[in-house]
Amino acid sequence: MPPSVELLYWDGCPSHPAALAELRAALEEIGHPGAPVALSEISSEAQAAQLGFVGSPTIRIDGIDPLPPPPGEPTALTCRLYRRRDGRHSPTPDPADLRDALRRLLPPPTQES
Amino acid sequence: MSFAIGALAPNFTLPDTYANATALRDVDSPVTAVVFTCNHCPYALAWHERLQAVARDYGPRGVRILQINSNDAERFPHDSLAAMSARVAAGEFASPYLHDATQEVAHAWGAAVTPDVFVLDTDGRLVYHGAPDADYRDESLAAAWLRDALDAALEHRQPDPAQTEPVGCSIKWRP
Repeated sequence: MPPSVELLYWDGCPSHPAALAELRAALEEIGHPGAPVALSEISSEAQAAQLGFVGSPTIRIDGIDPLPPPPGEPTALTCRLYRRRDGRHSPTPDPADLRDALRRLLPPPTQES
Repeated sequence: MSFAIGALAPNFTLPDTYANATALRDVDSPVTAVVFTCNHCPYALAWHERLQAVARDYGPRGVRILQINSNDAERFPHDSLAAMSARVAAGEFASPYLHDATQEVAHAWGAAVTPDVFVLDTDGRLVYHGAPDADYRDESLAAAWLRDALDAALEHRQPDPAQTEPVGCSIKWRP
């Protein structure tokens, strides 16, 4: 069974279209072009709490956040804060960090059916 | 919805992080920029240094930059007054950082996101509303729209553009 790739987002933050494009680009770069990405909208504080959603966008691979937030980060309907490798703040993950994390969590492309 | 270009800005008095009351109207400041910002929003933080550079560059020209945090700190602890004070104490702000605890100013101004930039002319009328520049990712843009608006206000002419789409996190309203 292929791993599930999920993008959780809150529509009140404008970052998810860019995050989706960057996620798809990272998947392609590591040899998983066209891998399905499930989009899940988080629309209430209760839903955010239930799913441990600390902000938009949040990526999950088989339920695991490839770029986990700091411990104790509160769940919320908000934009999620990421850091680029050069230290800059960003509303989306650093593409290189994302690519490396996906490589760790996804099987090598040769193992795909 | 914010007030219109050319309209007189709603007055306010808000405390800074040292509890000093700071009023919008100030006879010593011919031109004023008001920036709604916060501590936790990645867009506000991505633009933050560019905005501080504007404050440092335009302060000597008589421009006053007022930065306001209106977010609900109960639900978003990163936006508490204590967290604001810590950032100011760390030297992260080049101009006053005001606390709009009741959110009345954000409502009166129609601020929607962080950052949300308003520039007022010498009469206190709105001459620019929008984003600092066209791309939070591109530091080389250096808050160009804000700088252009300040230059125009200082020269008593209309900026172009006078209005852009603010981009950022929604202001976190109290329930």
